Amino acid sequence: MGPRLPALLKDAALTAFVAAALGFFIVGFRTVDIGSTKGLSFDYQFADLAVAVVAIFVGRLGLSLAAEGQRWPALILGAVLGIVGAGPAKLPSAFLHWFVGLAGLLIIARTLWPSANRAFLQARQSSRGQSATRAGARWFGWILLAVAVVMPLMPFADQKTMDLGVLILTYVMLGWGLNIVVGLAGLLDLGYVAFYAVGAYSYALLSTQYGLGFWAVLPIAGALAATFGMVLGFPVLRLRGDYLAIVTLGFGEIIRLVLINWVDLTNGPAGIGSIPGPTLLGAVFAENAPPGKITFSQMTGIPFDGTQRLVFLYYIILGLALVTNLFALRMRRLPVGRAWEALREDEIACRALGINPTNTKLTAFAIGAMFAGFAGSFFAAKQRFISPESFVFIESAIILAIVVLGGMGSQIGVVLAAVLLIGLPEWFRDLGSYRMLAFGLAMVLIMVFRPRGLIAHREPSVRLRAAPPGGR
Amino acid sequence: MRADVPLIDVEHLTMRFGGLLAVDDVSFKAQPREITAIIGPNGAGKTTVFNCITGFYKPSSGRLTLRGDREYLLERMLGHEIGQQAKVARTFQNIRLFPGMTVLENLMVAQHNKLMRASGMSIFGLLGLKRYRDAEIEAIELARLWLQRIGLVDDADRPAGELPYGAQRRLEIARAMCTEPRLLCLDEPAAGLNPRESAALNELLLSIRNQDGVGVLLIEHDMSVVMKISDHVVVLDYGRKIAEGPPDEVQRDPAVIRAYLGTDDGGTDG
Repeated sequence: MGPRLPALLKDAALTAFVAAALGFFIVGFRTVDIGSTKGLSFDYQFADLAVAVVAIFVGRLGLSLAAEGQRWPALILGAVLGIVGAGPAKLPSAFLHWFVGLAGLLIIARTLWPSANRAFLQARQSSRGQSATRAGARWFGWILLAVAVVMPLMPFADQKTMDLGVLILTYVMLGWGLNIVVGLAGLLDLGYVAFYAVGAYSYALLSTQYGLGFWAVLPIAGALAATFGMVLGFPVLRLRGDYLAIVTLGFGEIIRLVLINWVDLTNGPAGIGSIPGPTLLGAVFAENAPPGKITFSQMTGIPFDGTQRLVFLYYIILGLALVTNLFALRMRRLPVGRAWEALREDEIACRALGINPTNTKLTAFAIGAMFAGFAGSFFAAKQRFISPESFVFIESAIILAIVVLGGMGSQIGVVLAAVLLIGLPEWFRDLGSYRMLAFGLAMVLIMVFRPRGLIAHREPSVRLRAAPPGGR
Repeated sequence: MRADVPLIDVEHLTMRFGGLLAVDDVSFKAQPREITAIIGPNGAGKTTVFNCITGFYKPSSGRLTLRGDREYLLERMLGHEIGQQAKVARTFQNIRLFPGMTVLENLMVAQHNKLMRASGMSIFGLLGLKRYRDAEIEAIELARLWLQRIGLVDDADRPAGELPYGAQRRLEIARAMCTEPRLLCLDEPAAGLNPRESAALNELLLSIRNQDGVGVLLIEHDMSVVMKISDHVVVLDYGRKIAEGPPDEVQRDPAVIRAYLGTDDGGTDG
C-alpha cells in the first residue's frame, strides 16, 4: 500500500479526534440521580469513550483501505472489529459490543460490495436473470405470507413476539396504504397519520358512545377517513412536491390539535379509555363476559388463555393488510392506477392527454386515507385506549420512511422496510436509549447501498407479449 | 379539396404576459384533413399559440372555435377538458413521455378516458367484469397498431425513457394519436432528428392526414418538413401574423424572407 498509508493513518486519526471531541460530553459524562435531596451528579464513562474512539480509528482506516481497493487489509481490520464485538473480551457496555461488531460488519460489507454488486448486475443483464428475479420476487412474497400465517402457531410465539408481529403488520398496512399516495401517485404526504387518527377516534367514539361493534364501525371509519382525505385534499392537491408536503404536514398537526382541544368530543389530552376489543361472531376475548355477551371460551369450549386475544388481533390485522395489498395491486392494473403513475411521472403530459389531474389525485388521496382509517380503528380496538399522543408527526415520518426505503411503489419492499425499521428498534430494546441508533443505522445503510429503496424493480402493469391475441 | 367548415378557427387571439405582447391579434383557420404549419423565427409566439389552443394558457382575448360533433369554445375550457371533450391532442417541444412506464403503458394511459368509462369508475374493473376486460384488450390492440406504425412493437415492454431520442419523438406522436383526436398539435416534431428519421416522420404525418383523417397543426423549423408536407402555412413574427398561404407562395413572400433573413435597415436579427 506504500505511500498512501501515512495519509490514510492521518485521516483516520483526524476522524478519531473529531469523534473524541464530540463524544467527550455526549458519551464521557452521564448524569445520575443520587436521591431526591442531593439532586444530580456525574458519572464518568471515559473507558466507553476510549473504546469507541479506538473503534472509530480502526473503522475509518478499514473503510479507507476498502475504498483504495486494499481488500485484504480491510477485511482483516473488519474481522478484528467483528471478533472484538462478538465479545471474548468484555467491553464496558453492551452497546459497545454492538457498535464495534456492526462497524466490523460494515467494513466487510463495504469491501465485498463492489464484486457482489457486479455479479448481481451481470445476473440481471441477461433476460433469463430478469425473469428469474421476477419469479423469485413472487416466490418470496408467497413465502413471507406463509410465514406470517403460521407464525402465531409456532412454539416461540410468546406474548412479546405476537405484540411485535401485530405492530409490524400495522405498519405494513399503513405503508401499503401510503404507498398508493406516495409510491404510485407521487404525492408527498407528510400528514398521513391524521387519517389514522380519524379512523381511531371514529371507532373509539362510536363504540363507547353508541355501543357499535368493531365490524360495524370498520367501514364507517374508512368512509369517514376517506371523506376527510377528500375535504383536505381538494384545496391542496393543486400544489406540487415540497409545497404539498408542507401543507399536508400542517393538516396533520391541525387534526392533532383539534383532538387535543375539542375536549367535549374527544376528551382532550386525557384520551378515550375502555374501548371494547373486536369480537369473533359476537364472542368477546375476556375471562368474564360483560352483561349480554358471551366469551370465546364459552362459545367454543376452549379454555381461556390471555394470548388468544393477541392471536385474534394478529389475524385481523393480517387480513386487513392483505386486503390493502390486493386492492392496491388490482388498482395499479386499472386505468386509474396507470393514471396515478402517469401523474407521478409527468402531470403536464397527463393534462394534455385529457386526464383530470385533480380528480385522479383525489381518488389516490381518498383511497390512501381510507386504509389509514381502517388501520386506525384496528389500532383503537387493540390498544383499548387512545389519546392524541399516538398521532404525532413522527408516526407519519416513520410510515413515509417505510415507503421510501422499501422502494417507492414496491409492495414487498414495504414489508421488508417495516420489518427493519419497526422490528430492529424493538429487538434492540435492551440497548436502552441507544436503540434508536439501530433505526438510524438501518436508514443510513439502505440509503448507502440501495439509494432507490430496497426493491427498485418496477413490474409493468400490462405487457404486450402476454396479451392475447397473437402475442409474439 | 378545401372544406367549407374549418376544423379550428382562431380569431383575434391575443396573449399578454404582463407588459409583453407575445401574440398580437392573430387569426387563422385550419382545415380538417390538412396539415397546417405555423412557422416563424425564434420567439415569434408559435408555442404560445399552441399553449392557448391546448388550454395551458388562458388567452388575454380572442376566440378559439373547434368544430367536431358540436362547436367547442376552447378558451372557455379547462386544460384537461380540451383533450377529453374537444379532442385536441398535442406533443411537446421537449419530449414529455412517462419515462418510468413502459412504451405500451404510455399508449394505455392515452386511452384513459375511454377505459375509465368502460371500467365504470374502476368498480367493474375491480370486479374483473368481462365488459372491462374486453375494453382493455381493444385498447391494447389499438396500441399494438400504433406500435406497428411507428416500428416499436419489439420495444413495447421497455421503459419509455430507455428509447433512443428519435423513437421517443415517434412514441409521443403515437401516444397523442391513441387519444383518437380531431386535431393533433405537434410542437417541433422534427427537432433533433437525423435526415432519415425526418423522412420517416414525413411519412407518418402524411399517413395521419390521409389514413386517419386527422387535422394536424404543426410548428416546425425544419423547412424540408414544412415545405414537403404542409397544405397551408401561417407565418408569425413578433407575435403578429405576417403571411399565410400555400407553402410555395409563402416561400416567395418578401415579408417572410425579410423576417427570416433580416434587412439592412430592419430591426430583425434573423
